[in-house]
Amino acid sequence: MDAAGGKLKSVRLTAPVRPEDLDALELGAVVYLDGVIYTGREGFYQRIIGDGQAPPVDLASLSNVNFHCSPAASRNDDGTFTVGAVTATASFRFSKWIEAWFALSGCKMIIGKGGMSEADYKSYFVPNGAVYLTTVGYGTGALLGRGIKRVRDVHWLDELGIAQAMWVFEVENFGPLLVDCDRAGNSLFEVHNRAMKAKIEAAYEGLGKPALARFGETDDRGEELI
Amino acid sequence: MIGKDAVEETAYELTARASIEIPDDYLAGVEKMAETEEGDLGRFVLSSMLENWEAAKEDRRAMCGDTGLPRYYVKIGNEAAVEGGFIALEAAIRRATARATHEIPLRPNRVHPLWRTDHNNNVGINAPEIEYSFEPDAEWIDITTVHKGGLFGTDYRMLFPGDGIDGIKRFFLDVLVSFGKRGLACQPAIVGVGLGGSKDISMTLGKQAACLRPVGDRNPDPAIAELEEELKALGNSIGMGPMGFVGSSMVVDCHIEVGYTHTGGMPISVHCFCLSSRRATARMFMDGRVEHRTDPKWFTPYMRREGVEWTPPAASLKASG
Repeated sequence: MDAAGGKLKSVRLTAPVRPEDLDALELGAVVYLDGVIYTGREGFYQRIIGDGQAPPVDLASLSNVNFHCSPAASRNDDGTFTVGAVTATASFRFSKWIEAWFALSGCKMIIGKGGMSEADYKSYFVPNGAVYLTTVGYGTGALLGRGIKRVRDVHWLDELGIAQAMWVFEVENFGPLLVDCDRAGNSLFEVHNRAMKAKIEAAYEGLGKPALARFGETDDRGEELI
Repeated sequence: MIGKDAVEETAYELTARASIEIPDDYLAGVEKMAETEEGDLGRFVLSSMLENWEAAKEDRRAMCGDTGLPRYYVKIGNEAAVEGGFIALEAAIRRATARATHEIPLRPNRVHPLWRTDHNNNVGINAPEIEYSFEPDAEWIDITTVHKGGLFGTDYRMLFPGDGIDGIKRFFLDVLVSFGKRGLACQPAIVGVGLGGSKDISMTLGKQAACLRPVGDRNPDPAIAELEEELKALGNSIGMGPMGFVGSSMVVDCHIEVGYTHTGGMPISVHCFCLSSRRATARMFMDGRVEHRTDPKWFTPYMRREGVEWTPPAASLKASG
């Protein structure tokens, strides 16, 4: 399942991304980006999708690459920004917004941490022609920070704070990123989860049953947990 | 007297060092794992991390974009004194945290749990946490900062004496498997296990075991030291590696701390200190000297004392002949 010969394939793409670039992406390939990307996380999605507010800028004309991220950054007295390290936040938490998000944003590439479920990929990514790239580590914050050449804009900074605002970044050689979801909606993480199942079972073999179970190990609230 | 301005400068410097410089012991541990990691993707992840830590030092920028929750551990020598007392020390630490957040910069992660208010400075109600311990016959204070990531890789459970070592292993595996998938534990990690105490103390001990002991350190109780080795090997045997890819690197080291507990229970917590194991320590002396290091030396013999009265190790050796 690893790239042939132990060497991972590496590609460099420009954002906004083109459909033909995405068609060629293979699971586990390493990607570096140039161009424009913008961030989004719970505060941002809640405002737009949950509360129904209009996005602060025309998203489709900006870019089609959305990054689940908030940077280690600060606002300088002259109104400019210092961006230090940059890493992603876990993406599966935004699952409930993803369907509406694609409809509203026209995004074709989501970058984040840890991927989303293969079910989300098949249901929402594939029909929208989108792929998912995961950051590496986690996290390679200094390397990704180096890839940010300019902060073009920060929207909703006062309303949401530095950690939840929408940051628009101009990036160069921004990476490394790994393809978790290809155009067919396969998930690299879930391929690997399935491959290690037997070895995990073996590690538990022979260990006694716990004296007290707990909710979460069963969905049956009527069951007694002893 | 240890000056309050010196405390603020030191806390600021510690915050910068912790966020930018990976500790040597952890770096060496990951370098060693990179040599034996079985998965191609896993090896790529580890080599990217090694490159990232170099970049952070070169650029003097934080190593990870999630700069964790800055917090402090202060060990106070019984003969040491701080200008303005410990109220002044706490004020200095809070000021240093706010300034460092803006200037390094760190991500302002601290928000109100309900209103999500963010002062953009990592300071707020009960934040940063400052924990204290004491040390006999010492004229210094040690200040350690740890910036641990907050969301994944930690869990607590009340086990019972009958669950035994099997129960400990099962729960240890539960945490690694559940948070290791997709790499949410940001492994390979220093994994801390807190055993015993009351429920809250089992959490505290596990966190301190993960964050305040360097790679290679062993518990002074030989049987517990052996269990540390055993859990480390167990964690590395589940076929999982960095980012939850098929591989072999999960646990850089395992540290166990124990506390006497309720006779009917065996509370346990497991904590993964991530690929950005941010910790830094400084010792401040009464004559103004400040010495920086990366080993917090938090668990001293005095911290782990067992009897009613404190008997220094040398004296107890003498007494036992």
